[in-house]
Amino acid sequence: MIWQNWLLVMILLSSLVPGLIIFSLAESRHGLRTTLNLFGAITKMVLVMIMIVGIHQGKSFAVHLVLLPGLELVLRADLLSALFVALSSILWLFTTIYAIAYLEDSPNRSHFFGYFSLCVTVTIGIALAGNLLTFLFFFEMLTLSTYPLVVHRGTTEALAAGRVYLIYTLAGGFCLFLGVVWLHVLVGPVDFSREGVLSPLVESHGQTLRIIFFLLIAGVGVKAALFPLHGWLPRAMVAPAPVSALLHAVAVVKAGAFGIIRVVLDVYGLQTAKGLGLLMPLMLLASVTIVYGAIYALKQDNLKHRLAFSTVSQVSYIALGISIGHPLAIMGGMAHLVHQGLMKITLFFCAGNIAEILGVHHISRMNGVGRRLPLTMAAFTLAAMGMIGLPPMAGFVSKWYLGLGAIAQGQGWLIGVLVLSSLLNAAYFLPILYGAWFKEPEGEWPADSGTVGPVESHWMLIVPPVVTALIVLLVGLLANSGLSPLAWVRLIINARYGL
Amino acid sequence: MMGLQLQSDCWLIWPVILPLSAALVAFLAKGQPRLSGLTGALLTALASGTLFLKVVNHGGGSYDLGGWQPPLGISLRGDGPAVLMVLMTAVTGLAISVYAGGYFQSRIAMGGKGRRHIVQERFFWPLWLLLWGALNGLFLSADIFNMYVTLELVALSSVGLTALSGKPASQVAAMRYLLASLLGSLSFLLGVAFLYKTHGSLDLATIQAALALSPPVALAMALISVGLMLKCALFPFHFWLAPAHANALAPVSAILSGLVIKGGWYLFFRFWQGFLPLVGDGVVVVLAGLGGAAIIWGAFQAFCQQRLKMLVAYSTVAQIGYLFIIFPLLAIGAGQGAAAVFYFAISHSCAKAALFLAAGSIFLQMGHDRINNLDGVRQILPITTFAFALAGLSLMGLPPTGGFIAKYMYLSLAVSQDSWWLVLVMVVGSCLTAIYICRAVSHVLSPRMVAGRSQVVVGASMEWSALALALVAILLGFIAPLPLGLFEVVG
Repeated sequence: MIWQNWLLVMILLSSLVPGLIIFSLAESRHGLRTTLNLFGAITKMVLVMIMIVGIHQGKSFAVHLVLLPGLELVLRADLLSALFVALSSILWLFTTIYAIAYLEDSPNRSHFFGYFSLCVTVTIGIALAGNLLTFLFFFEMLTLSTYPLVVHRGTTEALAAGRVYLIYTLAGGFCLFLGVVWLHVLVGPVDFSREGVLSPLVESHGQTLRIIFFLLIAGVGVKAALFPLHGWLPRAMVAPAPVSALLHAVAVVKAGAFGIIRVVLDVYGLQTAKGLGLLMPLMLLASVTIVYGAIYALKQDNLKHRLAFSTVSQVSYIALGISIGHPLAIMGGMAHLVHQGLMKITLFFCAGNIAEILGVHHISRMNGVGRRLPLTMAAFTLAAMGMIGLPPMAGFVSKWYLGLGAIAQGQGWLIGVLVLSSLLNAAYFLPILYGAWFKEPEGEWPADSGTVGPVESHWMLIVPPVVTALIVLLVGLLANSGLSPLAWVRLIINARYGL
Repeated sequence: MMGLQLQSDCWLIWPVILPLSAALVAFLAKGQPRLSGLTGALLTALASGTLFLKVVNHGGGSYDLGGWQPPLGISLRGDGPAVLMVLMTAVTGLAISVYAGGYFQSRIAMGGKGRRHIVQERFFWPLWLLLWGALNGLFLSADIFNMYVTLELVALSSVGLTALSGKPASQVAAMRYLLASLLGSLSFLLGVAFLYKTHGSLDLATIQAALALSPPVALAMALISVGLMLKCALFPFHFWLAPAHANALAPVSAILSGLVIKGGWYLFFRFWQGFLPLVGDGVVVVLAGLGGAAIIWGAFQAFCQQRLKMLVAYSTVAQIGYLFIIFPLLAIGAGQGAAAVFYFAISHSCAKAALFLAAGSIFLQMGHDRINNLDGVRQILPITTFAFALAGLSLMGLPPTGGFIAKYMYLSLAVSQDSWWLVLVMVVGSCLTAIYICRAVSHVLSPRMVAGRSQVVVGASMEWSALALALVAILLGFIAPLPLGLFEVVG
């Protein structure tokens, strides 16, 4: 049916068109800009819902555009892309609401929200990409649409961070580009729906396939902040809080992790990747990144920097789950794609609130924040406990399946990595919680912007983290119900590997 | 028979005749050079568009001027590549013309230095239309003497345009350009004479069909190649390009970098289609090696520049390299190499012209083009800076642009040939391109505020024409089958 094919395009347009209009708006058109933003975000949510219901009923959605003979842009909605699309569109709505309040009265808002919309459009494009070329297409555009957001403040520090970001991501982009072209020359267009096109080549072109895998993983690994390609991420923390939230939970880092899933499972296929011995190095890399990120997080006093290194660590759970190669572990990894997004966006909203409302940026100054910002800190606490992996939070569910998969695959030592990481998570989150709730504030806050009525600040700053924190709790509690992300991931795994 | 041919293929002559006549009118119409110039540009673009439609619908054709057939008469040939180049010139040229109209209007309105800008405009339009007509003639020529004549016409009118700005720097640059260009023409003419002597024909197709390696032919090949390399400033003959392109008036820079260079390269490509089977791999690798050196050296120089227009000019030095590294890859496939390089040429034409137009607007607005002091120009010229960034994307070869498609074709050809050194050159070249483009873009798009002229002096037509060209460069990322389908048409 025609509408089915146009649905995917409309999902892209629902943020692209508002974004382009916003670019042309004068700075003073606050009302119209907000309306457009929210209209776009809600329209996208509705369209994504329609798509997900459609997929559930077994409908298929796909659009093709021929760029050259043999070179096609394909948008296709499969179960996995639906997972990422749903995450992106839901979190975009909350981030938009938050950003509107956060950037109140700051300059260049039209510019900011324009690129913000572009960024989400491109992320959705990555999620819906039906072949490797389309993935590359949107992946490169993601770099370009996020760069202006990173340097939005325009300070020397922000510009320097932006430069580092560009160098890392563009270099990664060229690696990916070369890998994609090489693979194209070798086997023709690589469609995600035809797993196993590479398996006949294992014998004859094993070494070439390994090099290509290295190029592809290096390309997506930069965005996924895999050690040692993570250097840009802590620096990019100079961006405004909504940008960090978007970068860490939805767009850049998640696109990288999603790319790892696509490359391993859909381009190479689990069996081929195992046969070529590619999973073990990836597993080691992911484990190192998990521990390394957690140790560095421990060393940071700046709250956003600690969260940044925590992202480095946590996102590698996804890569770890994939590289273990057991369906249960893959399930844990994919579920973590959603869970980490929900938890991390909550944490960044809260960090943004603490900085914006009180002017507090450092953990050593956070004593007693819980009394001034009880709702914010409650949300922070829920998300942090999820990160540590305490039951019944979302993070626990992911770790549980990762552990099950590791044991089933005979990689019991990974339990050690998981436990170590959980301990480190506890070590860098619990002191924050303790200080914020139980210690006395040290005098006046550096820059308290005051309460708004009975609420601790503007409601648009408070509602997003509170809602996402509640979702973190619900997702964990109701993990076994049919509506949870885990249930959807189970569908994916069942369809692919038959649990 | 004759009458039939006249009816079907006389379209070929209009893209040449119209701009030449319009140049004359623009020169004679003293009071209204802009009006007659713009009208001439519009008519030329329409004629080129009509030619394109004719060729798409009815196939290519040839036309003998005045009914005189070769070897006596002047013959025009409209095959796919030629018409593609004519169309590229029409699109880029029309945008540049619109820009030039706004540019001179702004300059004259700003006053200062008496009647200088009025005089500049009075000579700009005739020279530009003459150049346009000569370029179209060059693309459509079927015989090699005619190619020499049009090449010389292109060169002389380009030098005239370069000198137009009147600054001492541009006078010196124009003089150097003139000398390099004359030397190139002379060398080319000698080569043509040798070919005529050995083959007794001036028709390129006839010559190529009978071409066999002999000392005079080898000499002719060398003379023609060196002459044309000088014309298109291939490394190490690039010394004249950057100052000439960077110091010219804004629309002139765009014309020189976007279009004129392609004229010399087009002839080089056409001749080498015949030469390639005759020469060994070594010669081809040398050609590609020079191209590779141009890519790296030009990009490095671009990175070192302090002025925006110099950066864009050195970027041209680098991008010319891509037009030459294709030669080892031409032999394989069903013309994929040729398709790739032509696609690169047309994408580069749009993107580079857009970059120069945008850089010219920025220069005019800020009164300087020192890259480090361009922070925040976005606030004053949002459309121009956006155009600059978009055109930069195409140059970097990032999606969704024509440059991306061209790079994809290049890379897949190189990989399938196992030409790993070419892959390396392209990857390193792309990284360097990304670095220097990002350096410029990060300044012009910077959110910082900076003091400049408070009043906006750049006209809307200047801003939008640059954006239009940049958008064409983006559009080329989606419509590749259309121009490349045309490419298959034979004359």
